[in-house]
Amino acid sequence: MFVRNALRAATALTLLTTGSAMAETITIATVNNGDMIRMQGYTDQFTAETGIDVEWVTLEENVLRQRVTTDITTNGGQFDIMTIGMYETPIWGKNGWLVPLNDLSADYDAADILPAMAGGLSYDGTLFAAPFYGESSMVMYRTDLMAAAGLEMPDAPTWDFIRQAAAAMTDRANDINGICLRGKAGWGEGGAFITAMSNSFGAQWFDMDWNPTFDSEAWLNTLNFFKGMMDESGPAGYATNGFNENLSLFQQGKCGMWIDATVAASFVTNPNDSTVADSVGFALAPDNGLGKRSNWLWAWALAIPAGTQKADAAKAFIEWATSKEYIELVAANEGWANVPPGARTSLYENPEYQAVPFAQMTLDSILSADPNNSTVNPSPYVGIQFAAIPEFAGIATDVSQEFSAAYAGQQTVEEALAKAQAIAAEAMEAAGY
Amino acid sequence: MARSVTSRRKSINTALAWGVGLIIFFPILWTILTSFKTEGDAIAYPPKFFFFDWTLENYAIVQERSNYMRYLWNSVIIAGGSTLLGVVIAVPAAWSMAFVPSKRTKDILMWMLSTKMLPAVGVLYPIYLMFIQLGLLDTRIGLVIVLMLINLPIIVWMLYTYFKEIPGEILEAARMDGATLKEEILYVLTPMAIPGIASTILLNIILAWNEAFWTLNLTAAKAGPLTAFIASYSSPEGLFYAKLSAASTMAIAPILILGWFSQKQLVRGLTFGAVK
Repeated sequence: MFVRNALRAATALTLLTTGSAMAETITIATVNNGDMIRMQGYTDQFTAETGIDVEWVTLEENVLRQRVTTDITTNGGQFDIMTIGMYETPIWGKNGWLVPLNDLSADYDAADILPAMAGGLSYDGTLFAAPFYGESSMVMYRTDLMAAAGLEMPDAPTWDFIRQAAAAMTDRANDINGICLRGKAGWGEGGAFITAMSNSFGAQWFDMDWNPTFDSEAWLNTLNFFKGMMDESGPAGYATNGFNENLSLFQQGKCGMWIDATVAASFVTNPNDSTVADSVGFALAPDNGLGKRSNWLWAWALAIPAGTQKADAAKAFIEWATSKEYIELVAANEGWANVPPGARTSLYENPEYQAVPFAQMTLDSILSADPNNSTVNPSPYVGIQFAAIPEFAGIATDVSQEFSAAYAGQQTVEEALAKAQAIAAEAMEAAGY
Repeated sequence: MARSVTSRRKSINTALAWGVGLIIFFPILWTILTSFKTEGDAIAYPPKFFFFDWTLENYAIVQERSNYMRYLWNSVIIAGGSTLLGVVIAVPAAWSMAFVPSKRTKDILMWMLSTKMLPAVGVLYPIYLMFIQLGLLDTRIGLVIVLMLINLPIIVWMLYTYFKEIPGEILEAARMDGATLKEEILYVLTPMAIPGIASTILLNIILAWNEAFWTLNLTAAKAGPLTAFIASYSSPEGLFYAKLSAASTMAIAPILILGWFSQKQLVRGLTFGAVK
């Protein structure tokens, strides 16, 4: 009797083990933001369609960047899909660390990916990551405060107009700041903003010989303009404000204008979270008449590390998550305003999506950004708010700390730029440029 | 002789102690309060202290999105396992340093402590590569070993300090009575050092529970403890403060309760030997 029961138990255990071994499981590393979390909620549908289980590792952006970089450089094989951005993709693609995505199925319609996004996520013409959502930056402003100031926001404003409007809308007595911008240290925070802004002032990170150019007049003008405008019309402590701090201020009605990521448009127009949802207008990021606007281009994209043993399953997931059908799935359940934006051309041709108030301006902003030609004078690098070289993240983090110290009044703009020049020159020389 | 203290002074001291205690506890209190707010109330300015719409929605969302019990179980195994393994190794080491010191004992103790001064990220790649070779990435046993090694200097130092307070003559007496080395450590030394060992265990469980560098860098989907659970709610693009606070409250609750119930042992152990 005991032997028989033991045999039965062993057989059942074997069957169970075999069954679980047959089901393939992929592990995805991703960031914690609204669109990614929403996708996790729909993963069961992918599993039901394909039989492939999905496990998620969700981390804060900077932690994720460090984590996946460690894994991919050591061929650790912990992840089958990584969520990476436009900065990493061309560098990692060039190093052979990513699986090329040039054999996606015909149904997927890779040609539908917005050209700016496909270009930024490719190296040498090969797509290495599929955009889940993309963004540029634009002006979000309070229509009521603008009208009260007797001004009208043009579709394509200049920096001079922005500064004038910011001063006119500022009402210190009622805690309203004319403009809220990122001043926080970090290459992806204040560093990204000031770099994109500097493009419109004719500045750039490196000349054609890879020499840093922080000693230029254009950089001095950029920082002086930024600090001058923010001291006049920005919130107290703007030197430590990043995306979230400004989002919070804007949603509480404490900002007249906010120039930041286009994805924020859905947050500030959501009446559940924003007290000013019904009085927000949009415009292109400002320029200075030099032919370049101050908007950036970014995408959170899904890529397959070269070390994975489950490339086919990973590719199946990427096709599902970045497909037109996924966008329709989200739209059907949560409305068109909540679909992942900025990745596919067909989304912007959809009449239902065109009715979303920020859709057209988002598209216009994305289309006006060119990572291959981002500066007024020729530059040797690809990227708008970054230079797509491995050394950039480290240099830009240090440089942005100097800039933030200048915003906070701990040093002058001239001192910050001199230090930035020294930091960048030393790092570039050490890197062999 | 007891020093006489006026009741006025007693009141001032008590109020001062409460004030300092509240300042230290305030970040935790604020996290707990924020976890019961809506995301809108969480970012409200001026901040709302108690008069807001209390909600359990954040806890419900966190429960729905994450497998809390799996993270909790991983934390229990990793923190408990690394501490117990550390104590098993550290007791004999501390015994030898306290009762049969050599010329180099002080140097060894300082060398052990100096390993704590090395920035963890400096050895990330070597350890990561070793873990790949040994198949230890994203495993609880791998983290138990790493956290044990990281906390071992502290465990040895604490036990060494406690053991030094125990008169060597007692151990000599046990030896004269025929106790072997094992019996001497197990049945004579250990019972006398129980308060010290208990506080060492508690302190190291807390350190291992809160360790975030290695637990984030050496895990993926399977072995992540509660630090990974909290990290999954942090975001630079989107307001998730209330949910992050709910996740933080759920992560610190077990260790907070453990600390609350064992505070007497902890204080006793930490002050062990303060009065001779």
